[in-house]
Amino acid sequence: MALEVEILVKGAAYIGAGFSVGLGAVGAGIGEGYTAGFATQAISYQPEKTGDVLKNMLIGQALAESAGIFALVIAMLLVLMDFGSTTMTAVALAGAGICMGFGAMGPGIGAGFPAGMACEGIGRQPGAGGSITNTMLIGSAICQTSAIYSMVIALMLMFLDFSSRAFNPNAAALFGAALSTGMAAIGSGIGEGMSAGGAIRTIARQPDSTGRATANMLVAQAVAETPAIFGLLISLIMMFKVYPDSHTIIIAASLLGAGFSMGLGGIGPGIGSGMAGEFALDWFGRSEDTSGLLTRTMLVGQAISQSTAIYAMVIALVLIFVI
Amino acid sequence: MDISGVDIIRAASLLGAGLAMGFGAIGPGIGEGYAAGRACEAIGRNPKEAGMLTRTMILGQAISESTGIYALVVALLLIFVV
Repeated sequence: MALEVEILVKGAAYIGAGFSVGLGAVGAGIGEGYTAGFATQAISYQPEKTGDVLKNMLIGQALAESAGIFALVIAMLLVLMDFGSTTMTAVALAGAGICMGFGAMGPGIGAGFPAGMACEGIGRQPGAGGSITNTMLIGSAICQTSAIYSMVIALMLMFLDFSSRAFNPNAAALFGAALSTGMAAIGSGIGEGMSAGGAIRTIARQPDSTGRATANMLVAQAVAETPAIFGLLISLIMMFKVYPDSHTIIIAASLLGAGFSMGLGGIGPGIGSGMAGEFALDWFGRSEDTSGLLTRTMLVGQAISQSTAIYAMVIALVLIFVI
Repeated sequence: MDISGVDIIRAASLLGAGLAMGFGAIGPGIGEGYAAGRACEAIGRNPKEAGMLTRTMILGQAISESTGIYALVVALLLIFVV
């Protein structure tokens, strides 16, 4: 059965679109449901605050939706647009869909945490509504950055012309680039969301700690962001390093391995650092004197949690440059 | 493109190295983060014991790191020795 290249390209585009919108829906669905759960709980405790809680629930859910919308856009582009017809394009399109799909999953789930905690906090402390909503917006927005990295890589894979490069091993480089950013975004998205949730819980409890809590939330989220940034870096390296034609599958396998290493390797540390940030921020506002100590311990713990992400990046770099 | 047996083995070992370090980074990352989080909570409850709590956290995280190190060692073995 001789497969024409156009059929391959279309098929890859459709599969990529499926991954993109499918995985993107996972994130937004979980995040928005989590938010709604906390909103109904808050309303059950304080029915007179229904208006405020509902308003925050809808805003928070809109933010969780945004990553899903990115995924939808990429999927629509993949389904409706005409792309070139080389086998390289086929691999790039499938990779674009997978990258956006994974990249939208983490931030979607992560955005649920600040939104849910915001609903709970407003139910308890409607006077702090302004600070809570502000911090929720900031925390969720930072959460979405990993989805934006994935969308950038997906758009580059779709619209840049790679056809002048040799198929083997550059196709594996493109697919590895897709895996690297896409999967690493899962951990960062979820982790940053958890940290934001902790910060909002503290602000709801002690509204005067808003400034310090928000500042420390940004620090915690910055550390949780590093796996996504490593992933983006490895992706860009793999996309722009042009490999000469090869007659073996060794380099292709090595590049695929690099993509898996950095991609999967970003998941755990992202979630872990986010969890560390969440607990630290939760206890932040309770006492002014311990906040310095808490921040230091949080940073030490987060740094140790990031260690395996660094191992994963080193292995990825070895697989890219040394093989 | 001729694929020989030696090629397949080398390719598989490199892909395996990537999978080893990739999956191997997930567990310690989540576990060490959880340990750090609970340590921060404990310090929040009892700031006077901060020194002891931080040391326990680091000890616990080091033990959690062990399987991550196994993954790194196997990945390096697969890349350079096999």
